Amino acid sequence: MKVDQLAVFLENKSGRLAAITKALSDNSINIRALSVADTADFGILRLIVDDTDKATRVLKEGGFTVGKTDVIAVEVADKPGGLARVLSVLHEAGLNVEYMYAFVEKSAENAVLIFRFDDPDIAITILQNAGIRILTGQEVRSI
Amino acid sequence: MIWNEEFETLPREQLEILQLKRLKDLVERSYYRVKPYREKMDEAGIKPEHIKSLADLQKLPFTTKDFLRDNYPFGLFTVPLDQVVRVHASSGTTGKPTVVGYTKRDIETWAEVMARALACGGVHRGDVVHNAYGYGLFTGGLGAHYGAEKLGATVVPISGGQTKRQIMIMQDFRSTVLLATPSYALNIADTMADMGVDSSKLSLRVGIFGAEPWSDNMREEVEKKLGLKAIDIYGLSEIIGPGVSMECIEAQHGLHIFEDHFMPEIIDSDTGEVLPMGEEGELVFTTLTKQAFPLIRYRTKDITRLIAEPCVCGRTFVRMEKITGRTDDMLIIRGVNVFPTQVEHVLMGVEGVEPHYQIIVNREGSMDTMEVQVEVSEQLFSDEVKNLENLSKRIQAEIKDLIGSTCKITLVEPKTIQRSEGKAKRVIDNRNL
Ligand SMILES: [Zn+2]
Repeated sequence: MKVDQLAVFLENKSGRLAAITKALSDNSINIRALSVADTADFGILRLIVDDTDKATRVLKEGGFTVGKTDVIAVEVADKPGGLARVLSVLHEAGLNVEYMYAFVEKSAENAVLIFRFDDPDIAITILQNAGIRILTGQEVRSI
Repeated sequence: MIWNEEFETLPREQLEILQLKRLKDLVERSYYRVKPYREKMDEAGIKPEHIKSLADLQKLPFTTKDFLRDNYPFGLFTVPLDQVVRVHASSGTTGKPTVVGYTKRDIETWAEVMARALACGGVHRGDVVHNAYGYGLFTGGLGAHYGAEKLGATVVPISGGQTKRQIMIMQDFRSTVLLATPSYALNIADTMADMGVDSSKLSLRVGIFGAEPWSDNMREEVEKKLGLKAIDIYGLSEIIGPGVSMECIEAQHGLHIFEDHFMPEIIDSDTGEVLPMGEEGELVFTTLTKQAFPLIRYRTKDITRLIAEPCVCGRTFVRMEKITGRTDDMLIIRGVNVFPTQVEHVLMGVEGVEPHYQIIVNREGSMDTMEVQVEVSEQLFSDEVKNLENLSKRIQAEIKDLIGSTCKITLVEPKTIQRSEGKAKRVIDNRNL
């Protein structure tokens, strides 16, 4: 139920994000979801791609620092209240979200929420018990 | 192994008799043959016959780099040029270089002290010595070369650069000893990692590293990465080149000064006063035997202290502690003295921090600011902002503990700090002081 996410260190200078996306597209790797956490001094790019191993190799060869983390992808209807419901389930269970980001599926009327938890296994149990649909890595990659 | 048992284990009283004899001869030669020296001594009211004991050395005026520059290029040679068989020059960062000359006997002396140094570091006949010190005007390459040949080792005179090729050659030739600057040794280690060459595929046993100050934490790092014992060598072209002093592999603590040729003093760099044994200050050398370009009380600008206690290796020569920094490299940030090696020591103490760093000093208004750039390795990296921020804060706090002022920590992408092929550039000082 966990999804592989890549994180890449971004130095605070222009052109780094473009360099990453170019390296990936040159190697025919598709980005499924992407988010940048920015501070005054540096950034962290988080992305989900269709071929994690290949992307890791390509980026490392390009001299980037790359890390791999497990995240959880949750599907909700793309309408008001979709996100709120998931968050209230997590809140009631006392689960701390390290960070999250979202994207909208292009075919369906659904949105996908990507969550990073300290302990993803407990989160999966709680979300499943609440009847929330969790996407597999395969599902996310083929969106 | 002790290369020259007779001199290296000479009882102190006998050594001092020899030193005094050589000192008298040196002062006489310098006074009568070199006008600038004569003028300087006359000015100080000192004549060669005033030198009656080793303590009288303190009466002689210091020699500084400026004095060498003023007499550029050959003005301080004490022999006619037709007796000078080689010159070297140190790269002055500004203006003219410092030129040094050698007679045939000087070259032999140099090979002798360098052979002693290598033996002191555990090198012996049968070793394949990969000499990555630069060959050319810099004394490192040729100095180490002659010593290694004298020792009877097999020398690979590779010089610096073309790092991948160097690694291939070390593998193919089964090199057992690496001679390089510590920063270039690290560059080699990183390139090996990129190439997928594990240190176990190399035959290196000992690394003789010098020509720039490096911390003990850096030593651990290089030892781990290259799978060898890292030994510190010291020298400077003005005195002779590499081989002025050397750490023994037995103690790996303090560098034995080859005192029958080079006489050390430690002075207070502000007052010029000679400090008692064991106190830290600026290292000063007098070359007792050099013919073409002798120096009297030359101020090295290197900071260290002397260790008089006998050493387990059996050498009677005094030891100097690993150089902590140079008065030149010393940064004064908001009135606080900071050596790059201190910052290095902190960085290397943080698990996962790569030994590549750069210190950038700026002045904003009347305020000095210090920025330390640290490369983010995979081990340090996290997908969570707070972890990286905590890392920065931790480094910042440890540096503050050490130097008392706050610096900015900038995390940069791997391999963006320039790699060294010789001496590493650790500090960029943008202040116009
Ligand atoms: Zn010793």
